Amino acid sequence: MLKYTKDHEWLRMDGNMATVGITPYAQEKLGDLVYVELPSVGAMFVAGAAAATVESVKAASEVYAPVSGEIAAVNDKVVAEPGLVNAEPTGNGWLFKMKINNPAELTTLLDELAYKALTE
Amino acid sequence: MSEAESNVALRQTPLHAMHLRLGARMVPFAGYDMPVQYVPGVLKEHLHTRSAAGLFDVSHMGQIALRPRSGRVQDAALALEALVPADVLGLGVGRQRYTLFTNTAGGVLDDLMVSNLGDHLLLVVNAARKAADEAHLRERLSELCIVEPLTERALVALQGPRAEEALAALAPDMRAMRFMDVRAMSVMGEPCIISRSGYTGEDGFEIGIAATAAEALCETLLRDPAVAPSGLGARDSLRLEAGLCLYGCDLDETTTPVDAALEWSIPAVRRAGGARAGGFAGAETILRELAHGAARRRVGLRPEGRAPVRCGAELYTAEGDTASIGRVTSGGFGVSLNAPIAMAYVPTARSAPDTRLFAEVRGKRLPIIVSSMPFVPTRYKRSPTRSPL
Repeated sequence: MLKYTKDHEWLRMDGNMATVGITPYAQEKLGDLVYVELPSVGAMFVAGAAAATVESVKAASEVYAPVSGEIAAVNDKVVAEPGLVNAEPTGNGWLFKMKINNPAELTTLLDELAYKALTE
Repeated sequence: MSEAESNVALRQTPLHAMHLRLGARMVPFAGYDMPVQYVPGVLKEHLHTRSAAGLFDVSHMGQIALRPRSGRVQDAALALEALVPADVLGLGVGRQRYTLFTNTAGGVLDDLMVSNLGDHLLLVVNAARKAADEAHLRERLSELCIVEPLTERALVALQGPRAEEALAALAPDMRAMRFMDVRAMSVMGEPCIISRSGYTGEDGFEIGIAATAAEALCETLLRDPAVAPSGLGARDSLRLEAGLCLYGCDLDETTTPVDAALEWSIPAVRRAGGARAGGFAGAETILRELAHGAARRRVGLRPEGRAPVRCGAELYTAEGDTASIGRVTSGGFGVSLNAPIAMAYVPTARSAPDTRLFAEVRGKRLPIIVSSMPFVPTRYKRSPTRSPL
């Protein structure tokens, strides 16, 4: 079950570990990505802080941490091949994993229906 | 202004319905609702134009006829020379030239193409500047010329190594044209003005045609599998690779032609000692800079890393410096190079190729190298293709 932010990130929980990426809607709006910049493992972010950058030919966009936590892993594959984010935004195109430190923040996220309503 | 209000005010080109039918993503640009990309996307459209042919709607640009009241095109040419530092009088019939409208400070009001069509001149100017350019022409030249905006005309650009063969199927006579030639010719029974030029660094054509006939021409060209519709996104990445300026970013009223490294567009006849030296707005400043150089210069830049360095990024001589020495005016991703590229203004002393500078991106100083332009070799057709027989 994916959770979403109004800024078009998705989040998938596994225990206290959140995998984060950008939504199919976001990748479609951005167009072909040519550069992805990911945070360092160990970096700490509060919810809403810019944690990564994705760039198309024309523009750069920030990816925000959906919840607060520590970066536990990053997806080096999307750095080598940014187009993977376009091709599989919620699969192999994930961006980073974070160990969350305040599960209560999860309740602020949107479920699929609410996110869908936002993008229609 | 709210988004809704700005959308209502957006103008449409004669090809708007075609863009929607082709699944384009539309964006506001210079007051028009324009295709930024079609379904394949910017990367594919860019690469397709370099390997085959891209078809671009550039009908938003201004097409202005300058008709001499005397009936002699030389009079229109001489009149226009008061506004641009080009040799317009020496522009032969059927030839086109790149030039600049200058202001009294030597800055650039717009960049444009001017063609000699025998009995009048044809100007192609930027969409965002066309109203100002028309007013400028009327104010300065109305005594000698009729300034006639060609509002019922579309303009389409067919660009790339297979553009010639695609267009030759409809207008075989164009094979005789070389780079910067302009011809009036019939295409599918429609009178067209075709120039062999463009904004991609490739061989290609710009075709001026009646608004009502533009869609049929495009539909026919698109039936050729070599030709793919291409949007403003690819147009921008292609022109940046070709080292070509975008007005409003790389050129404006504060940049002089010498700052902008466009002195090649100012011939000896308009320079000090020439037969028609000066005589254009800002001549004093521009002629002085031609002789002694300008304080700053437009350069190409290649970031050492993979991160694109965008318009507005500040440049520094050393990683730890606090004082910026210049600013990026266009920056993005060179799709054919598979690497980021940019243009910027830097002090002339720091403008030599291979000079290493630093650009600030998201609080980090990234190494970036001054690079000669074009980034991708141009492939203009400077001599005509010979007929097989």
